[in-house]
Amino acid sequence: MSGVRVLVGTRKGAFVLTADGKRDRWKVSGPHFAGWEIYHLKGSPAEPNRLYASQSSGWFGQVIQRSDDGGATWEAVGNEFRYEGVPGTHQWYDGTQHPWEFARVWHLEPSLTDPETVYAGVEDAALFRSADGGRSWQELSGLRCHGSGPRWQPGAGGMCLHTILLDPADPARIFIAISAAGAFRSDDAGRTWRPVNRGLKSEGIPDPDADVGHCVHRIAMHRSRPGVLFMQKHWDVMRSDDAGESWTEVSGDLPTDFGFPIDVHAHEPETIYVVPIKSDSEHYPPDGKLRVYRSRTGGNEWEPLTKGLPQRDCYVNVLRDAMAVDSLDSCGVYFGTTGGQVYMSPDAGDSWSPIVRDLPAVLSVEVQTLP
Amino acid sequence: MIRVVLPAHLRTLARVSEEVELQLDGPATQRAVLDALEASYPVLRGTIRGQATQRRRPFIRFFACEQDLSHESPDSPLPEAVATGVEPLLVVGAMAGG
Repeated sequence: MSGVRVLVGTRKGAFVLTADGKRDRWKVSGPHFAGWEIYHLKGSPAEPNRLYASQSSGWFGQVIQRSDDGGATWEAVGNEFRYEGVPGTHQWYDGTQHPWEFARVWHLEPSLTDPETVYAGVEDAALFRSADGGRSWQELSGLRCHGSGPRWQPGAGGMCLHTILLDPADPARIFIAISAAGAFRSDDAGRTWRPVNRGLKSEGIPDPDADVGHCVHRIAMHRSRPGVLFMQKHWDVMRSDDAGESWTEVSGDLPTDFGFPIDVHAHEPETIYVVPIKSDSEHYPPDGKLRVYRSRTGGNEWEPLTKGLPQRDCYVNVLRDAMAVDSLDSCGVYFGTTGGQVYMSPDAGDSWSPIVRDLPAVLSVEVQTLP
Repeated sequence: MIRVVLPAHLRTLARVSEEVELQLDGPATQRAVLDALEASYPVLRGTIRGQATQRRRPFIRFFACEQDLSHESPDSPLPEAVATGVEPLLVVGAMAGG
């Protein structure tokens, strides 16, 4: 019988949650790397037992871990992320220029076809690639050096490259997103880049529709339609039907369009999920009610999903990398909270239950659907 | 022989349970000890000092013989008791909450 493996990164370690295809009885493994921040871990689509994890600490810096047995054992691999050339400067919180400094890896994106190739999105924002299973890393510096870097600025969590989308139909096309610079696209496997932010409007920057400077929180795509992108921006939920060339707002009837994660149903490319958060100064759900919103129309028309989720006194947040879907026949949807819960819906969001309730604050959730 | 005591997280990372013993060819300095430590345990590269800068990470401290050696030059001689293995060099994660 098929099954699922949920990879959870938290403030104090990683956890691996497994279940068979019914998804009603769960085994919890962890904490792995106890006490360290695990910003993200993800499995290779080409070899599901190959996992990569970003382990970091304010004291001891960055470590990259790799597993070849689905997370049972791990090996530390390369942790040297050296910017190519002279790193230059970006905008600091106070508007002055600040030197690029490596802080941590926010997101690891394994290649769709080669288990040895993996991309890393880092803070301060840059994209790195390893072609030897994480042992060595080379910057794809065309992104950081394409010209607008001095106008990029950190969001509240730092200036992070947090989203990497590999186009399943075109191996040369990569999308990335940076807080707070915006979305960028490469059509030559990461050598050159250009911003793809036309249509975004952000009140928090001097020119609301500038080509860069937007605080994009997350982008998602359905692998059957890689030219259609969905974005949760700082404020606003957006979509693009032309691979990022232009964006239109689809916040529609959401109670608030601030939030972090966004994801797409595994089998319905127009069904998308967000978790509305009250505001950028109040990082919790409106009215103390934790509600996932689902649109079956690719945006604009949204329905709250509440069954099994706390509907009073709930003040957790759901971070940008903390939502994922499985690809079983009845699509499972998963998300983790800063309160340490990982919720799962086996029926595309109609009903929810917690897999675990008391983990450290959840930073990321990824799901592997296993044969 | 130099004795080095690592903080718990780095002992886990290096897969050692107790203090580490290192042989140095030349004078005992912070730099020589860290070079030998990283040669024996490559997984520790970047966790105590920056790989590019070779500077001590901000929240790492070096103590020995009840002294704070964190701000000494990496090329200054370590105390005789450390150089002769009587006392260990302590690599410490700074007290900063968490």
